[in-house]
Formats: sequence, structure tokens, C-alpha cells
Amino acid sequence: MKIQSLKKRNSDLSQSERQLQILSNGLFADGELPTFKERLERAGKAPLTPGKLEILQVNVGYMCNQVCAHCHVDAGPDRKEIMTRDTMKEILSVIEKTGAHTLDLTGGAPEMNPDFRWFVEEASKVGISDFIVRSNLTIIKANKKYADLPEFFKKHGIHVVSSMPHWTRGKTDKQRGDGVFDKSIQALKDLNAVGYGMPGSGLKLDLVYNPSGAFLPGNQASLEKEFKKALLEDFGIHFHELFAITNLPISRFLDYLIASENYEDYMYNLVDAFNPAAVDNVMCTNTLSVSWDGWLYDCDFNQMLEMKVQSAVQHISDFNMEILQNRKIAICQHCYGCTAGAGSSCQGSVA
Amino acid sequence: MNLERIKYFNINLMEKTYYNPSDLRKFKNITEWSEELGEKFFEYYGKVFEEGALSAREKSLIALAVSHVVQCPYCIDAYTQDGLQRGINREEMMEAVHVGAAIQSGATLVHGVQMMNKYNKLSM
Ligand code: SF4
Ligand code: SF4
Repeated sequence: MKIQSLKKRNSDLSQSERQLQILSNGLFADGELPTFKERLERAGKAPLTPGKLEILQVNVGYMCNQVCAHCHVDAGPDRKEIMTRDTMKEILSVIEKTGAHTLDLTGGAPEMNPDFRWFVEEASKVGISDFIVRSNLTIIKANKKYADLPEFFKKHGIHVVSSMPHWTRGKTDKQRGDGVFDKSIQALKDLNAVGYGMPGSGLKLDLVYNPSGAFLPGNQASLEKEFKKALLEDFGIHFHELFAITNLPISRFLDYLIASENYEDYMYNLVDAFNPAAVDNVMCTNTLSVSWDGWLYDCDFNQMLEMKVQSAVQHISDFNMEILQNRKIAICQHCYGCTAGAGSSCQGSVA
Repeated sequence: MNLERIKYFNINLMEKTYYNPSDLRKFKNITEWSEELGEKFFEYYGKVFEEGALSAREKSLIALAVSHVVQCPYCIDAYTQDGLQRGINREEMMEAVHVGAAIQSGATLVHGVQMMNKYNKLSM
């Protein structure tokens, strides 16, 4: 069955208020499970506050060539939220002020933003030390106009981080759509061909793994070993690191959990796996997320739940690091996804 | 029927079955009625499944096979999920179940020798 975005389906789960309601009712309202806030308090880790800003993550739009079943962005070809060049200019003007050493472009498929290349060219002049683009791989194969992306990334010293849910066709296609696996393999070969991911190469190519179902990712190092072995033996593909990322119970993954009657068990698993050590390094402690329309969030997940930063400064046009630094991070039960087991962030495990 | 009653009704229904999937979550509660033994068991259990001469992945597959042989629905749920987390694929899982089944049927069939022995002994 072809998946459509929740928005296109007119699902009530496309509303962030509805998602937050679900995440606060049931098990958590009954007191069967502690809320994230209560759990943080019990661990002596409340309130959650930001440390030094290291990563500016910019979501340049929710449009995507794929419609993955687990997508926390509810991205798809029908999504029209796209960052304009004006907002990009505002970001460029504050990057230096933020002190962040990493710029992380995400989406949707960021490459589908018509000003994507312009933005990369301009941003690469600012002197960011690690410039990440989260590319879904198939975009490189989606249309001729994207075929030169590996060369374009190379020219600007981009650090490519790509999603690859499994090293077998069946699991990948089930989660991401028919044909995604073969196209991803082709795209990885194209990236390898220009030097990305090769042993010792400075052109960094990392992969992201999300479990294809209602279970948590296993040990990141073991999964990396398995991925490396399988991709090299079966396809001759090289990559650098694997980041194992937990699916957070929001958006399409929340919809899947509820429809498959896995929601309660999944929340139990997340709460059971709460790891106080992971709290210290959750992504929001060193990251700020900017939406396509310039609003600021503690992370990309909060962006999708429309939980803006709790600060007098909420938009990129008013950016002020000092004021932002004094905020408390906005939390809800989805945060349990970041603190389960070895923890989870856009850079994989954190504990 | 109001919600409270439905809830009450459901709880009673659940109590009338021997197995309830949500009981797996309560496994650790066995410690409440015998703390020392319970804790010793969980410590031992945890140790058994650590990386050792066998990898944790191999142990997970063995556990899956044994779960089927002892027909424990809780263990089957737990080690199917554990396998998925470790990236074990369904072909590997099903082969493990067949290993368990082969040993179990072999154990039945090898008793056929006893039957043959007895038959021969009792026959003229
Ligand atoms: S490729 Fe990424 S952004 Fe696009 S639908 Fe899949 S998970 Fe969402
Ligand atoms: S979901 Fe966002 S706010 Fe919550 S813990 Fe994770 S990174 Fe922090």
C-alpha cells in the first residue's frame, strides 16, 4: 500500500495538539507510567537546560520525494512548507553569532528546496567546521537534475549523512517504499565513486539506521559492524559511521504505533529503558532547530510538535544567544525516545 | 456502559486467561515476594546474556529456539523483539525455531528405540 502524508489523509494526527494530547493521556494520565518531567525529577535532572550551542539544525522544508512510514516530519511530495531565500539570509547573518561549529541541513529532502544550492554555497563561506546535509539517497536518483549532487557535495566539503534502515531490500522497501533499497544502493555507489565514505577519505559519509518497526535500535557498534560487512560483501559499498536512532512516538510513527496496537508496549519499552546518563547528552542540550519559516525550537521533534523554544526570543530574526541560553527546554513524553538505552540523537547514541 | 465499567469488565476478562501479554512487563515484580532469590536470578540472567565466548547475538537466537521448545509465550515475544533490535532477520529466526523443533522431535523419535527394544524383548 502506498503511504500518504497524514496531512494529505486529513488525519487528526497531522495536528500537533492531537499528538500532544495522546502523549499526555492514557498511561501517563492514569499514573501507570511517569511523565518525562516526573522521571527527570526523580533522576535529579530537572529542569532540562541547554549547554553550549554546538549545532544549528536547519529544516529547509517538509517536501520530500519519499513518504516513509516512520517519518517524524510527515514529509512527502505534497508538503508545501519550504524555506525562502529571505529566511536563509537571516540564518546566514546569525550563524557566526551562534558560535555553533556544526550546521546541519535537514528536511524533507533538503535538496528539493529551490534555493538549496545557493544556501550551501553561501553557508560554506561562513567558516563552519562541520557542514552536514541529511540526504535520503534516493533523491540523487530521483531526477537527472540531482544526479550531480555527489560532485556538488564534494565541491563544498559537505558531510553527508544518509538514512538506510536495513541492509536487506525487504525491510528497507517496507519502511520507505518500493524500489528505495535499489536506488539507495546506487546512490551510495555514486557517493563512493567520488570518494565519499572511502576508508581514510576526508569526505565523510555516515549512515542513519532507524528500526523498521515498534522496537528500539540495538547496540550501535554491533549494528555498524553488520551494516559494514553486509554492504561491503553484497555491494562493495563503503561508509564511515552508523548512527542508530530511536523512532520517537510522534507524527507518522505515532500513527503506525496506534494503528498496529503497539503504542502502549512501545511507551513502556521507552520508559523502562530510561537511562539517566543519556539525559546529559540529549540533542537539545547542544542544538537549536530552525524551521522553514524561521521559528526556533529545541530540536526537530519539538518543531514537528510546534513546541517553540520557551524564551523571549523565538524567531531567527530576533536571534540573541544570551537570552536563548537561559531557557528551559520544552519537554513532553516523546522525549523518552532520546533517553532510552544508549540514548538517541541525530548523531546516534549519546551514552 | 460507562468507561469505568468497561475498564472493570476488561480487567475481569483479562484475569480469566492464564496468559496476559502485559504480565511480561511485571516479570521483575517476582522480586517483591522473595527479594534475595529474585535479585540473584535477574543478576544471573543478565550475566548469561552478556557477550562472552558466544556473542550476545548468538545467545539471543539460542534463547529464541529454547523459548519455542519450552513454549513460553512471554519468552517468544521477548526474544523476537530482542532479535529485531539486534538486526537478526526472519530467516535466521525461523531457522533457529527449526533447530529447536528438530531437537524436540528427535528427542521424541529417539525414544522409538526404547519402544523397539521393549517390543523385541516382549516378543517371541
Ligand atoms: S526520506 Fe526522511 S524526510 Fe523523507 S519521508 Fe523519509 S524519513 Fe521523512
Ligand atoms: S525530543 Fe527534543 S527536547 Fe525532548 S529530549 Fe529529545 S532532543 Fe530534547
